[in-house]
Amino acid sequence: MSKILILAEHDGDTLNPGTAKAVSCAQAITAHGGGDVDILVLGDGIDGVAAQASALQGVNAVLATNAPHLAAPLAANHGPELAAAADGYSHVLAPSSTYGKDVLPHAAALMGVNALSDIMAVDGERAFKRPVYAGNAIVDVSVPEGAVIAGTTRSASWSAAGEGGSGAVQDRAAACEAAAHTRYVGLEGAGGDRPDLQTAPVVVSGGRALGSAENFDLIYGLADKLGAAVGASRAAVDAGYVPNDMQVGQTGKIISPELYLAFGISGAIQHLTGIKDAGTIVAVNKDADAPIFEVADIGLVGDLFTVIPEFEQQLS
Amino acid sequence: MKILVGIKRAVDYNVRVRVKSDGSGVETDGVKMSVNPFDEIALEEALRLKEAGKADEVIVVSIGPGDVQQQLRTGLAMGADRAIQVEAGDTLQPLTVAQVFKALAEREGAGIVFLGKQAIDDDSNQVGQMTAALWGRPQATFASKVSLNGETATVTREVDAGLETIEIDLPAVITSDLRLNEPRFVKLPDIMKAKRKPLDVIALDELGGVVGVAPEAGHHAPPEPRGRGIMVDDTAALVAELKNRGLV
Repeated sequence: MSKILILAEHDGDTLNPGTAKAVSCAQAITAHGGGDVDILVLGDGIDGVAAQASALQGVNAVLATNAPHLAAPLAANHGPELAAAADGYSHVLAPSSTYGKDVLPHAAALMGVNALSDIMAVDGERAFKRPVYAGNAIVDVSVPEGAVIAGTTRSASWSAAGEGGSGAVQDRAAACEAAAHTRYVGLEGAGGDRPDLQTAPVVVSGGRALGSAENFDLIYGLADKLGAAVGASRAAVDAGYVPNDMQVGQTGKIISPELYLAFGISGAIQHLTGIKDAGTIVAVNKDADAPIFEVADIGLVGDLFTVIPEFEQQLS
Repeated sequence: MKILVGIKRAVDYNVRVRVKSDGSGVETDGVKMSVNPFDEIALEEALRLKEAGKADEVIVVSIGPGDVQQQLRTGLAMGADRAIQVEAGDTLQPLTVAQVFKALAEREGAGIVFLGKQAIDDDSNQVGQMTAALWGRPQATFASKVSLNGETATVTREVDAGLETIEIDLPAVITSDLRLNEPRFVKLPDIMKAKRKPLDVIALDELGGVVGVAPEAGHHAPPEPRGRGIMVDDTAALVAELKNRGLV
């Protein structure tokens, strides 16, 4: 029997889909020997988020902890709070986003346990698979009896748990004081009206072949037509065409959209690492020998500056 | 102020990693080993802080068998003042590594423990966070900009939603992201000079030994390859194929 606590990720108003994906991972654990899945929501004024969490299928209870010092997602406050809430649980999970990666290992250390990063498959209550060496090897890991299992769940490997659940929302008082040594200053969002790159079902990406920041408007235009998020290769980011947070790849974001369209991206290993869980990969590149064609489901050798306008025209 | 920089010996980032045929791990025989790239960035930032007069001493630390001294010498050649090898077997869990950094930070009275955000071998991304937790000090992970203002530091962090800025009191743990800086190249005279810089060896047990129950790593497998795709001749065929599959 497992008793699993998941740390919810949210922006104060909306639950991040990484949480629902972590619930799927938790259900894969309770499928071996049964158990309960609870969600911990930390923040200030997070009743709406708690309600969204309780609607996820398979959730037993939602623990909602409201406190002013929990409003910002600081590991200095969220880490100790997660460690305190974890008492009595066999597993503690968080999505492997920058938030989950920041907070979960902090909490694990306070609990005196090691942690597993990027759980991508479950083989048993205490047995998992995770990627190492940028996904070039998949390793089986098992945690011996006697230790709480703490881990982050690799969002690209799990589908989101559905809605229609009816978990009970419980108010949980904060157990820890505010940490005085760390202060939140602010967030400069990439934002805009486009969907979030990490979770969008369709992503349009551009590479160095775009040639300039202005030419990237072609990519934005097509993305807006498709209702897609926009990504970029590291080469395009390094060339200054787009900001850092749009980078897809080993050192950027690892994504798994249903449809990934790569324009003018050659397909360096570090980029392919970020997209290999995509449903369908479409590649358009002038160079017929570009490595991106080795992983593409549909490839077209052509100039993106003619293909993109034609593509838009034929869509409408 | 002293800055402690963690240096991990890892398979060079240009090496195409292969899983051993018996699944016991990845091939490391005859494979080029280097300083983990994120650690190199952490060291570069520490050296720049020293050169700007904001730090007095930069100490590089590596944990492992004698081989790690090669990477420590690289760190000394880049400009670190001295090195510490913590002698240990080569597979330590992040919690034990964090315990070591905490103990060394206290022993040295470090103002900053500067680490890479993750090592490119096990991709754990845990040690900085765990060190901060055990030490009871602030953590600023995924740093893309660091400015020191006396007893505090302002750090810009690369998070999924954009760029987050936090202010932390020192001492603290900072972990570097890719875009914090571009590390310098080592020059030959510096390699010669590095041979004369001090390198101390400390036993793991002296710093608290192994802590926590270790997860057991078993079989390694290569990732499943994607199936072969198709090539289309023009945009019309591409759009038709996507419509066919119900994707647009």
